Amino acid sequence: MKLSPLQRLDIAVRQSMPVVVTLLLAVISVVPIGLPASSSLAPDIVLIAVFYWTVHRPDLMRAWTVFVIGMLSDVLSGTPLGVHPLVLVLVHTVIISQHKIFRGAAFGVVWWAFSLIAPAAHAVTATVAFVAADVAPDLSVLALRLVLTIGLYPALAWLLGRAQRALLAAV
Amino acid sequence: MKRPGPVSRFAAPIRLYGQRFAFLGLIAAAVGMMVLGKAETQLVERMRMVVVDAFVPVLDAIARPVATVNDLVARVGEVVHVHAENARLREENERLLKWQAVARKLESENRSLREILRFTPDAPVSFVSARVVGHAGGSFLRTVLVTAGERDGVAKGQAAVTGDGLAGRVTEVGERAARVLLLTDINSHVPVVLETSRDRAVMAGDNSERPKLLFLPSTARPEIGERVVTSGHGGVFPPGIPVGIIAAAGDTSVRVQPFVDFDRMQHLRIIEYGLGGTLQVSAPPPAPRRGRR
Repeated sequence: MKLSPLQRLDIAVRQSMPVVVTLLLAVISVVPIGLPASSSLAPDIVLIAVFYWTVHRPDLMRAWTVFVIGMLSDVLSGTPLGVHPLVLVLVHTVIISQHKIFRGAAFGVVWWAFSLIAPAAHAVTATVAFVAADVAPDLSVLALRLVLTIGLYPALAWLLGRAQRALLAAV
Repeated sequence: MKRPGPVSRFAAPIRLYGQRFAFLGLIAAAVGMMVLGKAETQLVERMRMVVVDAFVPVLDAIARPVATVNDLVARVGEVVHVHAENARLREENERLLKWQAVARKLESENRSLREILRFTPDAPVSFVSARVVGHAGGSFLRTVLVTAGERDGVAKGQAAVTGDGLAGRVTEVGERAARVLLLTDINSHVPVVLETSRDRAVMAGDNSERPKLLFLPSTARPEIGERVVTSGHGGVFPPGIPVGIIAAAGDTSVRVQPFVDFDRMQHLRIIEYGLGGTLQVSAPPPAPRRGRR
Protein backbone atom coordinates (compact mmCIF):
# COMPACT_ATOMS: atom_id res chain seq x y z
CA MET A 1 0.00 0.00 0.00
CA LYS A 2 1.39 3.34 -0.99
CA LEU A 3 0.96 6.22 1.41
CA SER A 4 0.10 9.74 0.36
CA PRO A 5 2.53 12.53 1.38
CA LEU A 6 0.04 13.77 3.96
CA GLN A 7 -0.26 10.34 5.52
CA ARG A 8 3.51 10.05 5.66
CA LEU A 9 3.74 13.47 7.29
CA ASP A 10 1.11 12.42 9.80
CA ILE A 11 3.09 9.32 10.70
CA ALA A 12 6.36 11.25 10.94
CA VAL A 13 4.81 13.81 13.29
CA ARG A 14 3.29 11.09 15.44
CA GLN A 15 6.55 9.18 15.56
CA SER A 16 8.53 12.23 16.60
CA MET A 17 6.23 12.77 19.58
CA PRO A 18 8.33 10.87 22.16
CA VAL A 19 11.46 12.89 21.35
CA VAL A 20 9.59 16.20 21.16
CA VAL A 21 7.86 15.54 24.47
CA THR A 22 11.16 14.61 26.14
CA LEU A 23 12.87 17.75 24.77
CA LEU A 24 9.97 19.80 26.07
CA LEU A 25 10.34 18.20 29.50
CA ALA A 26 14.06 19.07 29.41
CA VAL A 27 13.08 22.72 28.90
CA ILE A 28 10.32 22.62 31.52
CA SER A 29 12.63 21.04 34.09
CA VAL A 30 14.72 24.21 34.36
CA VAL A 31 11.80 26.62 34.78
CA PRO A 32 11.69 27.96 38.34
CA ILE A 33 8.42 27.03 40.05
CA GLY A 34 8.90 29.01 43.23
CA LEU A 35 8.51 26.22 45.76
CA PRO A 36 10.98 25.84 48.62
CA ALA A 37 14.11 23.98 47.51
CA SER A 38 12.42 23.21 44.20
CA SER A 39 15.53 23.98 42.19
CA SER A 40 17.62 21.26 43.80
CA LEU A 41 14.89 18.75 44.60
CA ALA A 42 12.91 18.87 41.35
CA PRO A 43 12.40 15.31 40.12
CA ASP A 44 14.50 14.25 37.16
CA ILE A 45 11.66 14.24 34.60
CA VAL A 46 14.06 13.92 31.67
CA LEU A 47 15.35 10.63 33.04
CA ILE A 48 11.78 9.42 33.53
CA ALA A 49 10.83 10.29 29.96
CA VAL A 50 13.94 8.76 28.41
CA PHE A 51 13.41 5.62 30.46
CA TYR A 52 9.72 5.38 29.61
CA TRP A 53 10.13 5.79 25.86
CA THR A 54 13.16 3.52 25.65
CA VAL A 55 11.21 0.80 27.44
CA HIS A 56 7.96 1.21 25.53
CA ARG A 57 8.99 2.50 22.10
CA PRO A 58 12.72 1.86 21.61
CA ASP A 59 12.15 2.26 17.86
CA LEU A 60 11.22 5.92 18.43
CA MET A 61 13.83 6.76 21.07
CA ARG A 62 17.22 6.13 19.47
CA ALA A 63 20.58 6.43 21.16
CA TRP A 64 21.54 9.53 19.21
CA THR A 65 18.30 11.33 20.09
CA VAL A 66 18.96 10.45 23.73
CA PHE A 67 22.39 12.04 23.24
CA VAL A 68 20.84 15.24 21.86
CA ILE A 69 18.33 15.37 24.72
CA GLY A 70 21.22 15.07 27.18
CA MET A 71 23.10 17.88 25.46
CA LEU A 72 20.13 20.24 25.67
CA SER A 73 19.67 19.32 29.30
CA ASP A 74 23.33 20.12 30.05
CA VAL A 75 23.31 23.40 28.17
CA LEU A 76 20.14 24.69 29.84
CA SER A 77 20.92 23.56 33.36
CA GLY A 78 24.57 24.60 33.26
CA THR A 79 25.86 21.11 34.02
CA PRO A 80 29.36 20.39 32.66
CA LEU A 81 28.85 19.58 28.99
CA GLY A 82 28.67 15.85 28.22
CA VAL A 83 27.52 14.60 31.62
CA HIS A 84 23.88 14.00 30.79
CA PRO A 85 24.53 12.62 27.27
CA LEU A 86 26.88 10.06 28.80
CA VAL A 87 24.48 9.02 31.55
CA LEU A 88 21.37 8.94 29.39
CA VAL A 89 23.08 6.95 26.63
CA LEU A 90 24.24 4.46 29.28
CA VAL A 91 20.69 4.17 30.64
CA HIS A 92 19.38 3.73 27.11
CA THR A 93 21.89 0.97 26.39
CA VAL A 94 21.16 -0.88 29.61
CA ILE A 95 17.43 -0.87 28.87
CA ILE A 96 17.95 -2.00 25.25
CA SER A 97 20.22 -4.83 26.40
CA GLN A 98 17.55 -6.01 28.86
CA HIS A 99 14.73 -5.57 26.43
CA LYS A 100 13.41 -9.11 26.86
CA ILE A 101 12.52 -8.36 30.48
CA PHE A 102 10.47 -5.34 29.52
CA ARG A 103 8.54 -6.86 26.63
CA GLY A 104 4.97 -7.03 27.85
CA ALA A 105 6.06 -6.55 31.45
CA ALA A 106 3.58 -5.39 34.06
CA PHE A 107 3.77 -1.81 35.26
CA GLY A 108 5.14 -2.89 38.65
CA VAL A 109 8.10 -4.59 37.00
CA VAL A 110 8.91 -1.52 34.92
CA TRP A 111 8.67 0.75 37.95
CA TRP A 112 10.88 -1.60 39.93
CA ALA A 113 13.44 -1.53 37.11
CA PHE A 114 13.28 2.26 37.12
CA SER A 115 13.88 2.34 40.86
CA LEU A 116 17.06 0.34 40.23
CA ILE A 117 18.29 2.32 37.24
CA ALA A 118 17.55 5.82 38.57
CA PRO A 119 19.93 5.59 41.58
CA ALA A 120 22.62 4.13 39.37
CA ALA A 121 22.12 6.93 36.82
CA HIS A 122 22.28 9.62 39.50
CA ALA A 123 25.34 8.04 41.07
CA VAL A 124 27.09 8.05 37.69
CA THR A 125 25.99 11.66 37.08
CA ALA A 126 27.39 12.79 40.42
CA THR A 127 30.64 10.86 39.93
CA VAL A 128 31.18 12.10 36.39
CA ALA A 129 30.38 15.69 37.36
CA PHE A 130 32.81 15.39 40.24
CA VAL A 131 35.60 14.00 38.07
CA ALA A 132 34.92 16.26 35.08
CA ALA A 133 34.31 19.54 36.85
CA ASP A 134 35.06 19.26 40.54
CA VAL A 135 31.49 19.82 41.61
CA ALA A 136 30.44 17.76 44.61
CA PRO A 137 26.79 17.06 45.32
CA ASP A 138 25.02 17.37 48.63
CA LEU A 139 24.35 13.69 49.32
CA SER A 140 21.16 14.12 51.33
CA VAL A 141 19.72 16.35 48.60
CA LEU A 142 20.77 13.78 46.01
CA ALA A 143 18.99 11.00 47.92
CA LEU A 144 15.81 13.03 48.46
CA ARG A 145 15.69 14.03 44.80
CA LEU A 146 16.01 10.38 43.87
CA VAL A 147 13.09 9.40 46.10
CA LEU A 148 10.96 12.16 44.54
CA THR A 149 11.98 11.08 41.03
CA ILE A 150 11.04 7.44 41.65
CA GLY A 151 7.85 8.58 43.37
CA LEU A 152 6.84 10.71 40.40
CA TYR A 153 7.42 7.90 37.90
CA PRO A 154 3.91 6.37 38.03
CA ALA A 155 2.18 9.72 37.51
CA LEU A 156 4.38 10.84 34.63
CA ALA A 157 4.37 7.35 33.10
CA TRP A 158 0.57 7.43 33.19
CA LEU A 159 0.54 10.76 31.32
CA LEU A 160 3.08 9.53 28.78
CA GLY A 161 1.02 6.36 28.42
CA ARG A 162 -2.05 8.43 27.60
CA ALA A 163 -0.06 10.30 24.96
CA GLN A 164 1.26 7.02 23.62
CA ARG A 165 -2.20 5.49 23.28
CA ALA A 166 -3.64 8.66 21.76
CA LEU A 167 -0.96 9.26 19.13
CA LEU A 168 1.07 6.11 18.68
CA ALA A 169 -1.49 3.31 18.85
CA ALA A 170 -1.42 2.82 15.09
CA VAL A 171 2.15 3.73 14.20
CA MET B 1 12.97 -5.72 15.91
CA LYS B 2 9.25 -5.30 16.02
CA ARG B 3 8.34 -7.41 13.00
CA PRO B 4 10.84 -10.22 12.53
CA GLY B 5 10.82 -11.15 8.84
CA PRO B 6 13.07 -13.30 6.67
CA VAL B 7 15.48 -10.39 6.26
CA SER B 8 16.07 -10.06 9.97
CA ARG B 9 18.22 -13.20 10.04
CA PHE B 10 20.88 -11.32 8.13
CA ALA B 11 19.99 -7.81 9.14
CA ALA B 12 19.82 -8.41 12.87
CA PRO B 13 23.54 -9.09 13.47
CA ILE B 14 24.53 -6.15 11.27
CA ARG B 15 22.09 -3.98 13.14
CA LEU B 16 23.47 -5.19 16.44
CA TYR B 17 26.99 -4.23 15.41
CA GLY B 18 25.64 -0.91 14.19
CA GLN B 19 24.08 -0.28 17.57
CA ARG B 20 27.26 -1.22 19.43
CA PHE B 21 29.26 1.08 17.20
CA ALA B 22 26.76 3.91 17.71
CA PHE B 23 26.87 3.34 21.45
CA LEU B 24 30.67 3.54 21.61
CA GLY B 25 30.68 6.54 19.31
CA LEU B 26 28.16 8.41 21.46
CA ILE B 27 30.00 7.59 24.69
CA ALA B 28 33.23 8.80 23.10
CA ALA B 29 31.47 11.97 21.94
CA ALA B 30 30.16 12.62 25.46
CA VAL B 31 33.60 12.16 27.00
CA GLY B 32 35.04 14.33 24.22
CA MET B 33 32.56 17.04 25.17
CA MET B 34 33.76 16.94 28.76
CA VAL B 35 37.41 17.18 27.73
CA LEU B 36 36.57 20.01 25.35
CA GLY B 37 34.68 21.75 28.14
CA LYS B 38 37.79 21.66 30.29
CA ALA B 39 40.32 22.56 27.60
CA GLU B 40 38.39 25.13 25.57
CA THR B 41 36.34 26.78 28.27
CA GLN B 42 35.80 30.01 26.32
CA LEU B 43 34.66 28.28 23.15
CA VAL B 44 32.30 25.88 24.91
CA GLU B 45 30.86 28.74 26.94
CA ARG B 46 30.15 30.70 23.74
CA MET B 47 28.42 27.69 22.20
CA ARG B 48 26.38 27.12 25.31
CA MET B 49 25.16 30.67 25.48
CA VAL B 50 24.20 30.65 21.78
CA VAL B 51 21.87 27.73 22.50
CA VAL B 52 20.62 29.32 25.70
CA ASP B 53 19.92 32.55 23.80
CA ALA B 54 17.76 30.59 21.41
CA PHE B 55 15.81 28.95 24.22
CA VAL B 56 15.36 31.95 26.49
CA PRO B 57 12.17 33.19 24.78
CA VAL B 58 10.66 29.71 25.25
CA LEU B 59 11.73 29.62 28.90
CA ASP B 60 10.38 33.11 29.40
CA ALA B 61 7.06 32.09 27.89
CA ILE B 62 6.80 29.14 30.29
CA ALA B 63 8.09 31.05 33.31
CA ARG B 64 5.58 33.87 33.01
CA PRO B 65 2.37 31.90 33.65
CA VAL B 66 4.14 30.02 36.45
CA ALA B 67 5.10 33.34 38.01
CA THR B 68 1.54 34.61 37.58
CA VAL B 69 0.13 31.59 39.42
CA ASN B 70 2.70 32.10 42.19
CA ASP B 71 1.74 35.76 42.45
CA LEU B 72 -1.93 34.84 42.65
CA VAL B 73 -1.28 32.36 45.44
CA ALA B 74 0.81 34.96 47.26
CA ARG B 75 -1.95 37.55 46.83
CA VAL B 76 -4.56 35.25 48.32
CA GLY B 77 -2.24 34.75 51.27
CA GLU B 78 -1.85 38.51 51.61
CA VAL B 79 -5.60 39.08 51.68
CA VAL B 80 -5.95 36.51 54.44
CA HIS B 81 -3.27 38.19 56.53
CA VAL B 82 -4.07 41.78 55.67
CA HIS B 83 -5.02 42.79 59.22
CA ALA B 84 -1.95 41.45 60.93
CA GLU B 85 0.20 42.77 58.09
CA ASN B 86 -1.29 46.22 58.47
CA ALA B 87 -0.54 46.34 62.16
CA ARG B 88 2.99 45.15 61.55
CA LEU B 89 3.55 47.76 58.85
CA ARG B 90 2.26 50.57 61.07
CA GLU B 91 4.70 49.53 63.74
CA GLU B 92 7.51 49.23 61.25
CA ASN B 93 6.65 52.60 59.73
CA GLU B 94 6.95 54.24 63.11
CA ARG B 95 10.31 52.63 63.63
CA LEU B 96 11.51 53.59 60.15
CA LEU B 97 10.53 57.22 60.67
CA LYS B 98 12.83 57.30 63.65
CA TRP B 99 15.54 55.73 61.51
CA GLN B 100 14.90 58.30 58.82
CA ALA B 101 15.62 61.08 61.26
CA VAL B 102 18.83 59.33 62.27
CA ALA B 103 19.79 58.79 58.63
CA ARG B 104 19.19 62.45 57.72
CA LYS B 105 21.38 63.56 60.57
CA LEU B 106 24.12 61.07 59.63
CA GLU B 107 23.91 62.05 55.98
CA SER B 108 24.51 65.70 56.66
CA GLU B 109 27.26 64.84 59.10
CA ASN B 110 28.77 62.46 56.55
CA ARG B 111 28.67 65.11 53.83
CA SER B 112 30.46 67.68 55.93
CA LEU B 113 33.08 65.14 57.06
CA ARG B 114 33.68 64.10 53.45
CA GLU B 115 34.20 67.69 52.49
CA ILE B 116 36.79 68.08 55.23
CA LEU B 117 38.58 64.87 54.15
CA ARG B 118 38.31 65.42 50.37
CA PHE B 119 36.95 61.84 50.18
CA THR B 120 36.73 60.23 46.73
CA PRO B 121 33.19 58.98 46.33
CA ASP B 122 32.44 55.38 45.31
CA ALA B 123 32.25 54.61 41.63
CA PRO B 124 28.75 55.17 40.24
CA VAL B 125 26.50 52.14 40.17
CA SER B 126 24.01 51.38 37.42
CA PHE B 127 21.90 48.31 36.93
CA VAL B 128 19.60 46.37 34.64
CA SER B 129 16.67 44.26 35.79
CA ALA B 130 16.03 40.80 34.43
CA ARG B 131 13.55 38.00 34.90
CA VAL B 132 14.69 34.66 36.30
CA VAL B 133 13.65 32.03 33.77
CA GLY B 134 15.78 28.99 34.50
CA HIS B 135 17.07 27.11 37.52
CA ALA B 136 19.85 24.58 37.36
CA GLY B 137 18.24 21.28 38.16
CA GLY B 138 20.09 18.72 40.20
CA SER B 139 21.98 18.55 43.39
CA PHE B 140 25.38 19.92 42.43
CA LEU B 141 24.70 23.27 40.83
CA ARG B 142 23.24 26.52 42.05
CA THR B 143 22.79 28.79 39.05
CA VAL B 144 19.92 30.64 37.39
CA LEU B 145 19.31 31.93 33.88
CA VAL B 146 18.15 35.52 33.50
CA THR B 147 16.69 37.39 30.53
CA ALA B 148 19.37 40.03 30.12
CA GLY B 149 22.60 39.71 28.22
CA GLU B 150 25.32 41.53 26.37
CA ARG B 151 22.87 43.76 24.52
CA ASP B 152 21.62 45.04 27.88
CA GLY B 153 25.12 45.76 29.12
CA VAL B 154 25.52 42.68 31.28
CA ALA B 155 29.11 41.47 31.61
CA LYS B 156 30.88 38.65 33.35
CA GLY B 157 31.60 39.18 37.03
CA GLN B 158 28.80 41.64 37.74
CA ALA B 159 26.82 41.29 40.93
CA ALA B 160 23.19 40.14 40.88
CA VAL B 161 20.94 41.37 43.68
CA THR B 162 17.31 41.28 44.72
CA GLY B 163 15.54 43.74 46.98
CA ASP B 164 16.72 41.64 49.93
CA GLY B 165 20.41 41.50 49.13
CA LEU B 166 23.13 39.85 47.11
CA ALA B 167 22.10 36.78 45.10
CA GLY B 168 25.20 35.93 43.11
CA ARG B 169 27.48 36.83 40.27
CA VAL B 170 27.23 36.66 36.47
CA THR B 171 29.40 33.86 35.09
CA GLU B 172 28.24 33.37 31.50
CA VAL B 173 26.86 35.97 29.16
CA GLY B 174 24.98 35.50 25.92
CA GLU B 175 23.36 38.00 23.61
CA ARG B 176 20.08 38.18 25.52
CA ALA B 177 20.62 35.78 28.42
CA ALA B 178 23.09 35.35 31.22
CA ARG B 179 23.85 32.73 33.83
CA VAL B 180 24.16 33.81 37.46
CA LEU B 181 26.17 31.73 39.91
CA LEU B 182 24.31 31.85 43.22
CA LEU B 183 26.00 32.42 46.58
CA THR B 184 25.27 28.85 47.60
CA ASP B 185 27.07 27.23 44.64
CA ILE B 186 30.27 25.42 45.47
CA ASN B 187 32.18 27.68 43.07
CA SER B 188 31.00 30.90 44.69
CA HIS B 189 33.46 32.90 46.79
CA VAL B 190 32.53 36.39 47.92
CA PRO B 191 34.69 38.75 50.00
CA VAL B 192 32.53 39.88 52.90
CA VAL B 193 32.81 41.78 56.14
CA LEU B 194 30.88 41.33 59.39
CA GLU B 195 28.93 44.54 59.82
CA THR B 196 29.53 45.33 63.48
CA SER B 197 32.92 43.76 64.20
CA ARG B 198 34.34 44.67 60.73
CA ASP B 199 36.05 41.26 60.58
CA ARG B 200 36.77 40.28 57.01
CA ALA B 201 36.15 36.86 55.55
CA VAL B 202 35.41 35.02 52.33
CA MET B 203 31.96 33.52 52.07
CA ALA B 204 32.15 30.22 50.20
CA GLY B 205 29.18 28.19 48.99
CA ASP B 206 29.12 24.42 49.36
CA ASN B 207 25.80 23.63 47.64
CA SER B 208 24.00 23.68 50.97
CA GLU B 209 21.46 26.35 51.89
CA ARG B 210 23.94 28.17 54.09
CA PRO B 211 27.38 29.18 52.76
CA LYS B 212 30.27 29.14 55.20
CA LEU B 213 32.79 31.80 56.14
CA LEU B 214 36.46 31.10 55.38
CA PHE B 215 39.58 32.96 56.47
CA LEU B 216 37.96 34.65 59.45
CA PRO B 217 40.64 36.12 61.73
CA SER B 218 41.31 33.79 64.65
CA THR B 219 40.38 36.56 67.05
CA ALA B 220 36.96 37.02 65.49
CA ARG B 221 33.97 36.13 67.65
CA PRO B 222 31.04 36.15 65.23
CA GLU B 223 27.69 36.32 66.94
CA ILE B 224 24.54 34.67 65.67
CA GLY B 225 22.33 37.25 64.04
CA GLU B 226 25.18 39.58 63.04
CA ARG B 227 24.75 41.03 59.56
CA VAL B 228 27.19 40.16 56.80
CA VAL B 229 27.73 42.57 53.89
CA THR B 230 30.05 42.62 50.87
CA SER B 231 33.42 44.14 51.61
CA GLY B 232 34.13 45.35 48.08
CA HIS B 233 37.56 43.75 48.11
CA GLY B 234 38.65 42.54 44.72
CA GLY B 235 36.59 45.27 43.11
CA VAL B 236 33.95 42.94 41.76
CA PHE B 237 31.07 43.80 44.08
CA PRO B 238 30.24 47.24 45.39
CA PRO B 239 30.89 47.37 49.15
CA GLY B 240 28.00 47.24 51.59
CA ILE B 241 25.50 45.05 49.73
CA PRO B 242 23.61 43.04 52.37
CA VAL B 243 24.45 39.35 52.09
CA GLY B 244 22.91 37.61 55.09
CA ILE B 245 23.12 37.02 58.81
CA ILE B 246 25.31 34.66 60.81
CA ALA B 247 23.18 31.58 61.36
CA ALA B 248 25.63 29.25 63.08
CA ALA B 249 28.90 30.04 64.77
CA GLY B 250 30.55 26.84 65.89
CA ASP B 251 34.21 26.21 66.56
CA THR B 252 34.75 24.56 63.22
CA SER B 253 32.51 26.48 60.86
CA VAL B 254 30.61 29.73 60.73
CA ARG B 255 27.60 29.72 58.43
CA VAL B 256 25.61 32.52 56.88
CA GLN B 257 21.90 32.50 56.12
CA PRO B 258 21.53 34.59 52.94
CA PHE B 259 18.81 37.25 52.87
CA VAL B 260 17.74 36.19 49.38
CA ASP B 261 15.17 33.44 49.00
CA PHE B 262 16.75 31.70 46.01
CA ASP B 263 13.71 29.55 45.28
CA ARG B 264 11.26 32.41 45.14
CA MET B 265 13.15 35.18 43.39
CA GLN B 266 11.51 36.20 40.13
CA HIS B 267 13.64 39.16 39.16
CA LEU B 268 17.28 40.04 39.60
CA ARG B 269 19.07 43.35 39.24
CA ILE B 270 22.47 43.06 37.63
CA ILE B 271 24.72 45.75 39.04
CA GLU B 272 27.31 47.39 36.86
CA TYR B 273 29.91 48.65 39.24
CA GLY B 274 32.37 51.23 37.98
CA LEU B 275 35.49 49.34 38.99
CA GLY B 276 34.33 45.81 38.23
CA GLY B 277 34.51 46.05 34.47
CA THR B 278 38.10 47.23 34.30
CA LEU B 279 39.38 44.83 36.93
CA GLN B 280 37.65 41.90 35.28
CA VAL B 281 39.65 42.31 32.09
CA SER B 282 43.06 42.22 33.68
CA ALA B 283 42.47 39.92 36.63
CA PRO B 284 40.58 36.68 37.03
CA PRO B 285 37.70 36.54 39.52
CA PRO B 286 38.94 37.31 43.04
CA ALA B 287 38.49 33.91 44.58
CA PRO B 288 40.35 30.76 43.58
CA ARG B 289 37.88 28.96 41.41
CA ARG B 290 38.56 25.45 40.32
CA GLY B 291 36.78 23.64 37.53
CA ARG B 292 33.62 25.03 36.01
CA ARG B 293 33.53 28.73 35.37
